[in-house]
Amino acid sequence: MQYIPNILFLIALAAGIGYFTMNIRKVIRNIKLGLAVDASDHKKERMGNVLRIALGQSKMVVRPVAGLLHIIVYLGFIVINIEVLEIIIDGLFGTHRIFSGIGAAYDYLIAAFEILALLVLVGVILFWIRRNIQKIKRFWSAEMKGWPKNDANYILYFEMVLMLLFLTMNAADLQLQHLGAAHYVEAGSFPVSQYLSPIFENFSESTLILIERSAWWLHILGILVFLNYLYFSKHLHIILAFPNVYFGSLAPKGKFRNLASVTKEVKLMMDPNADPFAAPAEGAEAPAKFGASDVMDLSRIQLLNAYTCTECGRCTSECPANQTGKKLSPRKIMMDTRDRLQEVGKNIDTNGEFKPDGKQLLDDYITREELWACTTCNACVEACPVSIDPLSIIMEMRQYLVMEQSAAPMELNGAMTNIENNGAPWPYNQMDRLNWKNEG
Amino acid sequence: MSDAIKVPTMAEYMAVGKQPEVLFWVGCAGSFDDRAKKITKAFVKLLHNAKVDFAVLGTEESCTGDPAKRAGNEFLFQMQAMGNIEVLNAYEVKKIVTACPHCFNTIKNEYPELGGNYEVMHHTQFLKTLLNEGRLKVEGGKFKGKRITFHDPCYLGRANGEYEAPRELLQKLEVELVEMKRCKTRGLCCGAGGAQMFKESEAGTKDINIERTEEALEMQPDIIAAGCPFCNTMLTDGVKGKEKEADVQVMDVAEMIANAEDL
Repeated sequence: MQYIPNILFLIALAAGIGYFTMNIRKVIRNIKLGLAVDASDHKKERMGNVLRIALGQSKMVVRPVAGLLHIIVYLGFIVINIEVLEIIIDGLFGTHRIFSGIGAAYDYLIAAFEILALLVLVGVILFWIRRNIQKIKRFWSAEMKGWPKNDANYILYFEMVLMLLFLTMNAADLQLQHLGAAHYVEAGSFPVSQYLSPIFENFSESTLILIERSAWWLHILGILVFLNYLYFSKHLHIILAFPNVYFGSLAPKGKFRNLASVTKEVKLMMDPNADPFAAPAEGAEAPAKFGASDVMDLSRIQLLNAYTCTECGRCTSECPANQTGKKLSPRKIMMDTRDRLQEVGKNIDTNGEFKPDGKQLLDDYITREELWACTTCNACVEACPVSIDPLSIIMEMRQYLVMEQSAAPMELNGAMTNIENNGAPWPYNQMDRLNWKNEG
Repeated sequence: MSDAIKVPTMAEYMAVGKQPEVLFWVGCAGSFDDRAKKITKAFVKLLHNAKVDFAVLGTEESCTGDPAKRAGNEFLFQMQAMGNIEVLNAYEVKKIVTACPHCFNTIKNEYPELGGNYEVMHHTQFLKTLLNEGRLKVEGGKFKGKRITFHDPCYLGRANGEYEAPRELLQKLEVELVEMKRCKTRGLCCGAGGAQMFKESEAGTKDINIERTEEALEMQPDIIAAGCPFCNTMLTDGVKGKEKEADVQVMDVAEMIANAEDL
């Protein structure tokens, strides 16, 4: 009988971690639907980016208020995880405050957790106010209606409740320590919950134990539920931000990828010895599709980008097209990519393999009007605190429109014809290129 | 200044068996656009003034392919790129300077993989080098004390991380440099990039160049300084749209330096 809590805990822990692992494997499987990319270069530089941008939050503080609040919540999240480790050991072995054996250092540790928990609570409440009372514009764009808006608030509620449970647990524990209850070792320093514990002053020991145990269980179960909520939410960034930053581009932002498949064809066209009418060699690969119309045409890094996006909207609020009322929103590009990828994933779950569903990323999710509104200014790429590149997806979808469908806007076709015929986007003769030197 | 400016071509250099110090890549705007041609000529004057041994490709130059690439036409881009690289490599070009950030970005970043490896500089970077080497003198002249705001071209700034060269040059002109709220890494695009220059914009509430011009005009500048022929056009149109062309000029940094000295 006495082992029942331990067994229940083990079951909850195994179920929580098991289900999470299953879903993460799905994320990995879905990302692998994308085209493989070699990013094995510049390991040092990439690690440096992870340390600076992801761990060090260097791009978050470009917006100081949100950046500072985020650092508080992020630090709290990382540090309070040490406490979760203690809770797991206690839960599995029926111990209580197992780390208290480390002596005075434990007081500092618990004190630090408490202060961080309070700061996180304040930070999260301020985040909620920014979203729901202050109604900061980037949280109220068209693509944020419905689930994305609720998702953001659910995450904040989760964090508020978890922090409150943690502090309630400590407050009841402190009271029990004062009463000298068996099993409740006198350990820890409680700079925050000591102000809560007077609420429990006249409670009986058994009531206190009930409160402490309830808070303890709800806290750890809450963490396991929250862990499993990640997969269904934009909150995956707490894990994926790190690999995503690692795989982020190291090249100057102006360098757009040259399509190797095109290089091959252009070289063939320019080779005077090549026979333009030659049949393709036996067993030759089918010609590659140019550009992207669906998620499978994108790279694995672009798909990782989509899962990493936490919909903060910094990209969209910096986008010149979006700021001037165009439909384009770089954040929506990322959200659409993820939504479509999830849809493809579910299709595979059901059918064992992808069965064409008559849908694609282009048109069914991202419209041409959005794609053509981009000025390729890189403001979205610069703004992203976790190195997501919405611009590359826009570019590859344009490539599909132009090279596979010849569906460029009319005026652009004119400019491209000019470039092809006379080497300039305007209808001027190449032979007149130096005329300016003789004009007054 | 006489009507005709001395602008040697690579072919002429080749004919006498010589190599210039640098190739001036003029670009399509610099060659054909009336406003941009003035920038081209101002830059040439500065090159002459600093006794830089330069040449242009002239009729052998062709579009870098930037607008085609950003429009999604990778084929046309690579055709243009390989054609240009063939010409540049035939002349054994080592160093290129251009007054267009789009040409600058494309040749610098996208040509190497296709076989074109050159040292590429934006004209503001090149002028800064000339200044540091003492070959070019930049003094306040008529712009001294004038209120100037600089509009960062996306393909010089964010795309290639160059924010300081144009500003250093402006500071040498002893101007009062005022920064817009959206500047440097957070600079707002003029609206021309990504081949937008060559198409109508999508439906919205405002044109991007108007949004940017309004921001620049809020700074109450005498001159809006630019470093890109396309930004120049967009902002000039914006200033005209706001009926402010009598009070505010849009000028390239190179034009300002050339005009300060009345070259």
